[in-house]
Amino acid sequence: MMDTTVLPAAPPPPPPPAAAGPTLPRLLVAAARRDGDAPDALAVHRRTYAVPSMPRRHAVEPAIAAVERSGLRGRGGGGFPTGRKMRAVSEGGGRPVVLVNGSEGEPASAKDSLLLTRAPHLVLDGALVAAWAVGAKEVVVCIERSNRPAIQAVERAIADRVAAGEPMPSVTVREIPSRYVAGEETALVHVVNGGDARPTLTPPRPYQKGVGGRPTLVDNVETLCHVAQIARWGPTWFRGQGTDAEPGTMLLTLSGALARRGVCEVPIGMSLERVLTSSEPTDRLRAVLLGGYYGTWITPAQAHRATLDDAHLRSIGSGLGCGAVVALPTSACGLIEAARVLTWLAGETAGQCGPCVHGLAAIARGMTELAHGRATAHTVDDLHRWAGQVEGRGACSFPDGAVRHLRSALRVFDDDVAHHLRHGPCGAVATPPVLKIPSGAAKVWR
Amino acid sequence: MSVRLRLDPIACDGRGICADLLPERIELDDWGYPIIDPTPLSGIVLEHAKRAVAACPVLALRLEADW
Repeated sequence: MMDTTVLPAAPPPPPPPAAAGPTLPRLLVAAARRDGDAPDALAVHRRTYAVPSMPRRHAVEPAIAAVERSGLRGRGGGGFPTGRKMRAVSEGGGRPVVLVNGSEGEPASAKDSLLLTRAPHLVLDGALVAAWAVGAKEVVVCIERSNRPAIQAVERAIADRVAAGEPMPSVTVREIPSRYVAGEETALVHVVNGGDARPTLTPPRPYQKGVGGRPTLVDNVETLCHVAQIARWGPTWFRGQGTDAEPGTMLLTLSGALARRGVCEVPIGMSLERVLTSSEPTDRLRAVLLGGYYGTWITPAQAHRATLDDAHLRSIGSGLGCGAVVALPTSACGLIEAARVLTWLAGETAGQCGPCVHGLAAIARGMTELAHGRATAHTVDDLHRWAGQVEGRGACSFPDGAVRHLRSALRVFDDDVAHHLRHGPCGAVATPPVLKIPSGAAKVWR
Repeated sequence: MSVRLRLDPIACDGRGICADLLPERIELDDWGYPIIDPTPLSGIVLEHAKRAVAACPVLALRLEADW
């Protein structure tokens, strides 16, 4: 996990939205205050976010319609329309369950952890709105076992509400293993059902058959914070920021060769260059990694023109993912960075599907040979063939993310590939890498 | 109605019997795991597919009908 320094809303604020409600930041209000790092108590939370009370029961049906009209898409990396998912869960058979996905397995991301530790009541507000909306009587907040501050903050927030006598469904914290794929929605359901935190075959998807066989709404922490704000201020307010197709603000986690690293909130569609400039680059850019280790590299020229919305980023083969942005300086070697990430990703396989187990290992080996100048004339062809053989062949999309990372690295660092094939490793082999690899998490699945 | 092959990649352990029995639709990747052609099956190929499904020792391969 990255450090959770909060950056002030760095870029100049966009025009004020039509409806009443906060402009920017929307979610990081509590976190941006300079009064220590403790999570907000319930009363402070209510003042900070100007919440009179939770939506009452008669607001059940409009809550889903409001989220649908808001155009909110999931902020965990999948980008699925949240309202549509809520609708599907509410229309399934049986009493639904809400799972809050607080696993932040992405090493370059810290925003969900920040929300859990600094604004746990906002997360709970969102989870409770979602529970009321879909008719759930049970909410389970899933947090990595290693993330003690988040677990403590959420447990305290739940106790606060119980002590205040707030009407609530059952809300519990479930500790999950610190593994990348544990945050995949079927893996979360599986571990809550008493199994391993490993993905299961789909269909059924959790919205069809999840916890206890019941329809289960799995939403990311940031997504639910937006749901809370939509319930308060309405879909028109929500659409006052962002683009038509992708409304709202989003949290970014900035790291790499920047003087100001940490979490900030920006409107979707903001210029990447403005974000990077206001984060004070410490070196010339060699590339930008968008979406974290599970994401894709783009060139400085692409970064110069990029806007932070999926419609644009898809057109250049990239995407927002979970909003992690890493600035790679010219002093670093992109091939070494990619080889380290791919080696780590290969080790994060759930070990279930052959193409993921063997393919990611082969890709990691090939990329490492390339980065260290030990590749042969066939290595790059092998890498492309393996990418094709791995893509789409896992039970979940984990191996597909590794393949995207690989392909973007070969594309963005193509001149480095040629150089390494001809001249061996570059000078950066002796300098410390930029991307940190999480160290020895316990390899347990429960 | 069309019938297609579907693989459970978690159950599959790459023995490759299916590719022997249905080379028209199944090839093996570099590690011996089957790559399935998902286009609809009919006629003699469907009969061969049924044999491949029946021969899978871990029940990873099945036929799925969609209407």
